[in-house]
Amino acid sequence: MQFSFTAEQQEFRQVLRRFFEDTSTPQAVRRLMETETGWDAAAWRDLNDKLGLCGVHVPEVYGGQGFGFVELGIVLEEMGRALVCAPYFASTVLATTAILNGATEAQKQALLPPLVAGEALATLAFAEPSGRWDGAGTTVAATPAEGRFRLDGVKSFVLDGVAADLVIVLARRPGSEGEEGLSLFSVRGDAPGLTRRALKPLDPTRKIARLEFAAVEADLIGVEDGAAAPFAKTLAQAAACLASEMVGGAERLRESALDYANLRMQFGRPIASFQSMKHKQADMLLEVELAKSAAYQAAQAAAEDDAEFPALASLAKAAASEAYLQTAIHTIQIHGGIGFTWDNDTHLWFKRAKSSEVFLGDPTWHRERMLRAWGH
Amino acid sequence: MTESTEAALRAEVSAWLQANWSPDQGLVEWRKKLVDAGWGAPTWPKAWYGRDLSPALAAVVDQEIRRIGAVGVARTGIRTLAAATLLAHGSDFQKRKFLRRSLTGEDTWCQLFSEPGSGSDLAGAMTRAERKDGRWIVNGQKVWTTSAHHADWGLLLARTDMDATKHQGLSFFVIDMHQPGVEVRPLRQMNGHASFNQVFFTDAEVPEEHLVGELGGGWAVATTTLMHERRGADGVGAVGAGASTTVREGRIYDEERAEVATTMEPYKWYPQRAGRVDLVLKRAKETGKIDDPVVRQEIAKLLILARSAEWTARRARAAQALGRPQGPEGSLGKLAASHVARAAARVHTLISGADAMLSGPDGPEDGIVAEILISVPAVSIAGGTDEIQRNIIAERVLRMPKEPGSADDRPFREVPKNAVG
Repeated sequence: MQFSFTAEQQEFRQVLRRFFEDTSTPQAVRRLMETETGWDAAAWRDLNDKLGLCGVHVPEVYGGQGFGFVELGIVLEEMGRALVCAPYFASTVLATTAILNGATEAQKQALLPPLVAGEALATLAFAEPSGRWDGAGTTVAATPAEGRFRLDGVKSFVLDGVAADLVIVLARRPGSEGEEGLSLFSVRGDAPGLTRRALKPLDPTRKIARLEFAAVEADLIGVEDGAAAPFAKTLAQAAACLASEMVGGAERLRESALDYANLRMQFGRPIASFQSMKHKQADMLLEVELAKSAAYQAAQAAAEDDAEFPALASLAKAAASEAYLQTAIHTIQIHGGIGFTWDNDTHLWFKRAKSSEVFLGDPTWHRERMLRAWGH
Repeated sequence: MTESTEAALRAEVSAWLQANWSPDQGLVEWRKKLVDAGWGAPTWPKAWYGRDLSPALAAVVDQEIRRIGAVGVARTGIRTLAAATLLAHGSDFQKRKFLRRSLTGEDTWCQLFSEPGSGSDLAGAMTRAERKDGRWIVNGQKVWTTSAHHADWGLLLARTDMDATKHQGLSFFVIDMHQPGVEVRPLRQMNGHASFNQVFFTDAEVPEEHLVGELGGGWAVATTTLMHERRGADGVGAVGAGASTTVREGRIYDEERAEVATTMEPYKWYPQRAGRVDLVLKRAKETGKIDDPVVRQEIAKLLILARSAEWTARRARAAQALGRPQGPEGSLGKLAASHVARAAARVHTLISGADAMLSGPDGPEDGIVAEILISVPAVSIAGGTDEIQRNIIAERVLRMPKEPGSADDRPFREVPKNAVG
């Protein structure tokens, strides 16, 4: 296991940081979060034309850059820091990774290049209104029909579900239970019988949808009844990516709280000179740095496909969830009254922190998952 | 480091060890050879027993010494802090007199900083050193002094000027612990152990040439000592790491084991102080509490904290090894270790239930759990309280402004102090 980034990785981070500082300003975030799709098509093209981010962890044979999860983690940390509004998590992290894990070679060759080029958008529909994040909670039924399949049921909490051109769906063979009978399918976003409704999100920077399937025609991805393992892997990898995104946001908040404490005068001195502020800042630094260490280890373990990876992904997700939310709460508190206003930017990150806390499983669920992954 | 330098170095060390190492010699006799050859402390300057090697290359030397089963220099106890401090601030006379004997283990050291009246505010030390007939005469009391009862020398922070400000009136000395004016009494702690001492000075004497650094410059010297102390408190590796753990036969190994046993005796409860995270899962399984969902959550939180703290310390070390500027992660180790220990004590209580009321042979793990519970409170105090650590992080890492009025420019004589006695 490595405990430092290479010089190239550090350089990559700097490039991204500068790019997002220019393009994803709080003003830009505020503008985009009020739009229906939540992101800007031209900016999304830029992201890929200039930086090729949609293919970071995709092998070169499919048009990707051939890097791994450490580099993908860096992208997400920087995106989380700048609260980048883009369908990146849906298309690159969830759908692309699911295809890499679960699809046949021919399907990868067909599906990945347009996603990697950023020309098509995909998402992964796996959770349902029950709010369970694991594969076993799947109820959407896939019935064989003339060489293809017909999907019936409801998916929810689907990231960018309304805008996606392609929806990868986790569904089960009718009558199957638990981890058995699960398969992945691809469905066109405009397929007949598919009704997509934008849900009103608590975090307006991340658009989520409810998808209703009524006899929707779908194509099998990978092996029939064989999706349990590739989906579990995808979920762990996405959790590790989300942990990176969260620690990026947490660090940004921590810094903004520090800047404000240094500027804000009360009782004739900067509030940063009060010990109560210093100790809070020291605690925030500790919590964020610990969560960063966990996110970095999870990314490293994902990159090496380490046997401990599923446990470390859950560990990092739980740690980042707690650290991000706690940092957001402290940041509002340090700002005082202004921190509770709409005009102050803190709430943008606070809402992302709250939403990310439960997205892909809350900390309690991931802690239990971690212990089980370790065999306890 | 290039591979050729590394290979050449490896060959050189290896050849030297082949010619000089044998377990059938006295420990000190061997260490003198090792130190004089520059292999004992290879990162040190060439002028002072070292070879000016980078930490990465010094690791190669260490590997070779271990590979052949040879014994290294004395690395346990306060002598390491003494050596680091004298290397940075000592006069040539002091370096000649103390460095070699510290590495060979001939001398044992203690650190005389804390006083009953000054703990967190170390610079408020009131032990006086007054110049008289070409000597320094020391009067006062120190506390929390590990190993004072068998130390040959002490690193002493004492006040040489009551009319200077708090920090500027301090000087740093090396004091001979074997003299009539020095009295050492053990200090019993709440966990029953007596790992520390109180040291009383009554007209104890220090020769002039044992003043370290400038007169009135003692605080800067003490800061170096403290920095080295805190660096070792991040929870990775125990005090005295580097001592051989495999049991080997031979006179030199017997002598080394005896040395380590003596120096490490006061630290024997330190694993318990750190919370014994390693015991948690075993205890949870033995008691069946592993099936309790509430306990599982608490165990998981503890393991996440402990692993994250360990990784954070490793990040700091990796950055240091690469010669990169230290990030904030380097200052967090001690505070993180406190959190881990406290969380561990809480989880041990949760797992033990009513048995947490029992100690000794009646208590869980033959009293180990009880010892954890009554030792953990020390972690967030010893070597700098959590509150002081937070101040350091806030002011030095985050560059937050100091408390107004904390820069006390009154003569120390006029600063309000604790009543003594």
